[in-house]
Amino acid sequence: MKFDTVIIGGGLAGMVAGITLQKAGQQTAIISTGQNALHFFSGSFESLKEANPRIVELFSEAGVRLHYKPGVWLTPLGKFRESALSLEDVDIFPTPQFGRKALIVNFLGYHDFFSSFLAEGLEKQGMSCRVRFLNLPELEILQQSPSEMRSVQIARTMDKLWEKVVQEVRVLLKDEDTVLLPQVFGLQDPSVPGRVRSSIPARVVFAGTLPPSVPGIRTIILLKQRYQLLGGTYMMGDEVVRAHTHEGVVHSVATKNLDNHYIEANNFILCTGGFFSKGLVSNPFQVYEPIFGLDVSYQEDRNLWYNPSFQEDQPYMHFGVKADENLHAIQDGKALENLYVAGSVLGDTHPEFGTAAGAAIRTALHVADEILQN
Amino acid sequence: MKLQEYTRSHHNFEECMKCTVCTAFCPVLQANPLYPGPKQAGPDGERLRLKDPYFFNQALKYCLNCKRCEVACPSGVNVADLIQSARIKYDQTPPKFRDTLLASTDMMGTLARPVAPLVNFATGLGVTKTVMDVTLKIDRHRTFPKYAGRSFESWLKRRRKEQAAFPEQVAYYHGCYVNYNNPQLGKDLVKVLNALGVGVQLLEKEKCCGIALITNGMSAKARKNAEHNIGQLRQAIVDKGLKVVTSSSTCTLTIREEYPNLLGVDNAEVRDSMLMATRFIYEKLEKGAQLKFRADYHKKIAYHTPCHLEKLGWGIFSEKLLQMIPGVEFILLDSNCCGIAGTYGFKKENYKVSQAIGEPLFAQIRSVNPDIVACDCETCKWQIEMSTGYTVMNPISILAEALELNEK
Ligand SMILES: Cc1cc2nc3c(=O)[nH]c(=O)nc-3n(C[C@H](O)[C@H](O)[C@H](O)COP(=O)(O)OP(=O)(O)OC[C@H]3O[C@@H](n4cnc5c(N)ncnc54)[C@H](O)[C@@H]3O)c2cc1C
Ligand code: SF4
Ligand code: SF4
Repeated sequence: MKFDTVIIGGGLAGMVAGITLQKAGQQTAIISTGQNALHFFSGSFESLKEANPRIVELFSEAGVRLHYKPGVWLTPLGKFRESALSLEDVDIFPTPQFGRKALIVNFLGYHDFFSSFLAEGLEKQGMSCRVRFLNLPELEILQQSPSEMRSVQIARTMDKLWEKVVQEVRVLLKDEDTVLLPQVFGLQDPSVPGRVRSSIPARVVFAGTLPPSVPGIRTIILLKQRYQLLGGTYMMGDEVVRAHTHEGVVHSVATKNLDNHYIEANNFILCTGGFFSKGLVSNPFQVYEPIFGLDVSYQEDRNLWYNPSFQEDQPYMHFGVKADENLHAIQDGKALENLYVAGSVLGDTHPEFGTAAGAAIRTALHVADEILQN
Repeated sequence: MKLQEYTRSHHNFEECMKCTVCTAFCPVLQANPLYPGPKQAGPDGERLRLKDPYFFNQALKYCLNCKRCEVACPSGVNVADLIQSARIKYDQTPPKFRDTLLASTDMMGTLARPVAPLVNFATGLGVTKTVMDVTLKIDRHRTFPKYAGRSFESWLKRRRKEQAAFPEQVAYYHGCYVNYNNPQLGKDLVKVLNALGVGVQLLEKEKCCGIALITNGMSAKARKNAEHNIGQLRQAIVDKGLKVVTSSSTCTLTIREEYPNLLGVDNAEVRDSMLMATRFIYEKLEKGAQLKFRADYHKKIAYHTPCHLEKLGWGIFSEKLLQMIPGVEFILLDSNCCGIAGTYGFKKENYKVSQAIGEPLFAQIRSVNPDIVACDCETCKWQIEMSTGYTVMNPISILAEALELNEK
């Protein structure tokens, strides 16, 4: 099978590149082993300092609403971090002292929402907090299997039940000006968080839970739908195992499921993510990129890979595949003409594009533009 | 550098990093609170079971074996294989009479076919359905697949000479469903392949792939079928140098993946030469062969990728073939499970869960309102037709219907 461009890895970078190229009239395919880092996405693009209209438009055309407001956001552990652009679910406040009194509402039996850390964090900012648990009969069925009482399971119920939660919260609400709820609203229907907000007479803040991230999953679903609607071919659950390269040009890739049916393309984009997604792999001797064997920027001495103090910055998090300034992949010191690299497989080798999710978007757009120009 | 290769655990279970992604994609977990979910039933449970089989949980039987957890897992853990292997290894309860009946697709077919009109009449009757519901716990809402009067095998045998005349030959593993319930699909396949200059042969004697035996706790019998089928495939592929085509995604997945992974039956010699017919046809067209389609064929077709085809990763061939037909307006339905999972949905205790799982798919089909739903799986077909009233056709049958033939 042949395409204009084949994208290896269907996370944020892969989908942004795919949507951009399809929209420009290319025929593309995304091949992706499994799900991606958006499942852990907090909802905030910390490294994007501006509301690039192109990014906002790309997301809004897919039905993902972003909002722009430089300030700080509240992390799931009750800390505040700087941000400017985030998914609409995630509030950004001008300063950490954004309210006076907060009602923190959790569901009975749900352990993945850290209400006490959140209370502690807000109290540090001089807010007083009250934590309450809702016991909804509809959730009892989930409590039977406590190990699986997770954000997504609750969110499925909340798609139908959010109005009831709103009623209960209104009963609980006294003189608080802020209500904190877990991010379990709007898995299928992106309008639900907004409707919850407008039906509670206080400022409603959705705080993060342990993964899977409900806003993250919703974003994946919507981006994938958009990509397929534009005619893109999404090959879910398949893995690129090998590439056929000749004199610096990649001709095709082989996948686990299609064995000897090779996927050909004029251009390829590597968006296989970091260690988590196996875009980068380590063993006791080296850090390597498993498909093409690209050059990787890392420290030779294994003792320098990690910092024994768990809380400190970990050097291995910065390792990444080497690429030239236009993000052509580098193999044995030479740039490959038609293989580009985007997203977290680059590690921190190209700080000019930012970090994390922001960098995934910006590198993907850059690569798509490069391909369209050539 | 192959260190990891040597330390790989069975079904890759030690690769699990507890990310919970699989739990977000398990259709059963959404509908049945008694099911512990893929992470708990798979890699988490395996750690305990390895210590002491006491930790084996009967609730693992609620797993559909749909493989959606494996498709979603970013770490390559064979979650569903872990669950099914645990059932094979630890579940000592003998299968119920009903499960034996449901699983014996070829025996049922052989018995029912000669008296097909009678059986079809009887299984369609309200009384029979009530009796089956009460005595066998086969849910009364189910429509039983109809049995055909003449088997596909006997139809094709009578055309042996005519088929042998084609310059290129393939063998066809048709499976129980084509043979007993829907010979038309087999005939359609022959029609399309003939139009490409390819003649179709039977294997000498195929047996049921055995998936229903595996999921209903009869793995010893499944292994026998597997060994028999591999012998048959080897005869066609190794001895005669043929490719073998199939039209059922589940039979194909079973032979390609479940034989080595769950039953320990080696398929290395035949694995790469057994293809879904959609892939075989696509590859022929890619190499320059041509099919001519009717100018008056106009249909709005919504394509549902069966879970097992998604796991195989071959849904793209069906998609691309349908999109090739000029008069087709093609809509790809969202990736969802229909809920039937072979014999699972036929059981009374699973009926409600099965319908709840399928609802998002049914709702989307109703809103798209296509002329036909396309799908490569026979049990999805029953489920979608029963639940939505829309006609479901295998992509091969749609190709056959849209073909322009220069009749002799
Ligand atoms: C646990 C975790 C939490 C994070 N949280 C945040 C956050 O809150 N905010 C933030 O800004 N950033 C966060 N990040 C950073 C994250 O890296 C970026 O946000 C961004 O999502 C990365 O996107 P990507 O497309 O580059 O990679 P990924 O999302 O990792 O996607 C890579 C994809 O490639 C697939 N793949 C890998 N190898 C192959 C192969 N051989 N063949 C086919 N497919 C393959 C993988 O299965 C995966 O689906 C987090 C990262 C992790 C790991
Ligand atoms: S998705 Fe894979 S790695 Fe994640 S919890 Fe499930 S089995 Fe483990
Ligand atoms: S195979 Fe299907 S039903 Fe079984 S655990 Fe995996 S996703 Fe759930």
